[in-house]
Amino acid sequence: MSAHSITEPSATTKWISGGLVVAYAVVTLIPLLWIVATGFKTPADAISYPPKVVFDPTIEGYVNLFTTRTRVTPEQLESLPPPEGIAEEIVRSYGMVIAGPSRFGERFMNSVVIGFGSTFLSVFLGTLAAYAFSRFKIPLSDDLLFFILSTRMMPPIAVAIPIFLMYRQLGLSDTHLGMILLYTAVNISLAVWLLKGFIDEIPREYEEAALIDGYTRFQAFYKVVLPQAATGIASTAIFCLIFAWNEYAFAVLLTSGTAQTAPPFIPTIIGVGGQDWPAVAAGATLFLLPVLIFTVLLRKHLLRGITFGAVRK
Amino acid sequence: MAEVVLRNLTKRFGKVPAVEDVSLGVPDGAFVVLLGPTGAGKTTTLRLVAGLERPDAGDILIDGRSVLGEMPAQRDVAMVFQQYSLYPHLTVRDNLAFPLRSPILRWDEAAIEKRVREVAEVLRIAHKLGNKATQLSGGEMQRVSIGRALVRRPRIYLMDEPLSSLDAKLRAELRIELKRIQQELGATLLYVTHDQIEAMTMATHVGVLDRGRLVQFGTPREIYEDPVSVYVAERLGQPRINTLPADLFGTRPDGAATIGLRPEHIRIGEGREARVGRIERLGDQTRLHLTLDGHEIVTLTEVHTRLTPGDIVAIRPQAPLYFDAAGARVPSGR
Ligand SMILES: Nc1ncnc2c1ncn2[C@@H]1O[C@H](COP(=O)(O)OP(=O)(O)OP(=O)(O)O)[C@@H](O)[C@H]1O
Ligand SMILES: [Mg+2]
Repeated sequence: MSAHSITEPSATTKWISGGLVVAYAVVTLIPLLWIVATGFKTPADAISYPPKVVFDPTIEGYVNLFTTRTRVTPEQLESLPPPEGIAEEIVRSYGMVIAGPSRFGERFMNSVVIGFGSTFLSVFLGTLAAYAFSRFKIPLSDDLLFFILSTRMMPPIAVAIPIFLMYRQLGLSDTHLGMILLYTAVNISLAVWLLKGFIDEIPREYEEAALIDGYTRFQAFYKVVLPQAATGIASTAIFCLIFAWNEYAFAVLLTSGTAQTAPPFIPTIIGVGGQDWPAVAAGATLFLLPVLIFTVLLRKHLLRGITFGAVRK
Repeated sequence: MAEVVLRNLTKRFGKVPAVEDVSLGVPDGAFVVLLGPTGAGKTTTLRLVAGLERPDAGDILIDGRSVLGEMPAQRDVAMVFQQYSLYPHLTVRDNLAFPLRSPILRWDEAAIEKRVREVAEVLRIAHKLGNKATQLSGGEMQRVSIGRALVRRPRIYLMDEPLSSLDAKLRAELRIELKRIQQELGATLLYVTHDQIEAMTMATHVGVLDRGRLVQFGTPREIYEDPVSVYVAERLGQPRINTLPADLFGTRPDGAATIGLRPEHIRIGEGREARVGRIERLGDQTRLHLTLDGHEIVTLTEVHTRLTPGDIVAIRPQAPLYFDAAGARVPSGR
């Protein structure tokens, strides 16, 4: 045997489990792959039967996603100067010209602002609240914690109408702030509970040592607790982002223009130019990326939950 | 570099009195060792001085001023925790530098590096400065933890069993280093240990705690030679003091219920006959287990004794200690 610890799996076990993971990943990734592929098909290829696995890739879907187009007569088309760039060329081959940018970019940015904004707010407030619950004697803290949890028991959509009316009164309908507050309200209970679990695990001795070493309580929190709660904060942030990013029902109900997020917008793409599945797929593909990138960026913290062990138990 | 006074200090956890009405004056530059069995309140006493616990009653004065309203940082104390509590996300170097980077001190990095090196050399951990705190052995963690206190020059050092996980050689070396540093700086030090050698060789004063109460406070010699009770007498001495019925050897002072015999109180060669049981050869000392009227007595004999189990030896007490039925000291009347 090599210098493995006995709790470490053997090479064979690692190969077998690795193989299983790969097989599972392939199966679950096929639909995703299909969406990505559809984004690069022509509308005809996208709905051909039997489905095409091998096809000529085109960026038509992406062009349609980001532009609005108008049909022109062949004579008008003739009279135009030669097309500038591949996008124009593709559009003209359908007897149309680019009329301007579509709203996808805006909607996508709305999603980014609202998704990340509410994630930041949830994690920020959640961390402070979780720390307070974990470290201070708060009267009725168990009941308060249960109350916080109970806010998640009713499906949020059950209160959709009251929220809709309330938002209209407050002028929060179709605003970024309104959506950020709404998603934060939904996510905060999860954030508090998850983070409290993580912070409970961090021994108090570290903060006590920092207090004696000349730091204030807040500095001790910032310098000692936060770095060790990084795993918890990262995973909580991912959960919060996934919810806020994918949320559909409230987005449909409360946003229509300035603050509309991508989820309610993407299905509308299909109506713009008939059966434009490639554009929808292109939108869905781009929509997948931020959560993916965010998760990959935080992966280091997720895997580093091994900071415990410098306190003698 | 400060004088510490505890005045009627009391701390309870629920109903458990961890520290009960403790009054104690630690002179400037004193090395005070707190002794007591597990649960006696030693750690709690240090935490009260550090400001990590709020007392239920009583006062703590440092240099004549009450510090009850002050945060630990303001009290300017350094503490070595019984659990080492190194910051696991930092390297050994950063752990040692942590107090020097605090908003109160804010040393510049060059000075910090120099100081950290010095302390690491003293504690023999200079080769581990780049390690993560989690990649250390128990003894190394303990030394880093001592180092984190020693990098500073606080008014008071509090150390909770700082040498407990070290091997005998390192322990002996660091005992001398700590004592040297304390003397050089003239530092005031409160030190918890279960180790007799540490208590006897390092302390200027020893305080003995019994279930939260301070039962005796004095020089190590006073505690050893003139204990106020059986309980205090049992804290020091290896082998432990033998406690036997007071009249086992005939006459006894008024009120004495038990006689306490340390090995040096036992004369071998005359007196009552006892049977040799086990002989423990510990290398530097040889312990003799004797039985006298069904009472077990442990004493010392020459290292290379020729006695064997079953032999009979005569013993008699010499300037022993007497205690009453409640365990309090009774004057021997001579
Ligand atoms: N945070 C706490 N909550 C409740 N009880 C506590 C707490 N800390 C200490 N105690 C109790 O107070 C008493 C004294 O504890 P302390 O830690 O001071 O003992 P000690 O003398 O340091 O013992 P040891 O030699 O085992 O370290 C014990 O009975 C302990 O159970
Ligand atoms: Mg203790």
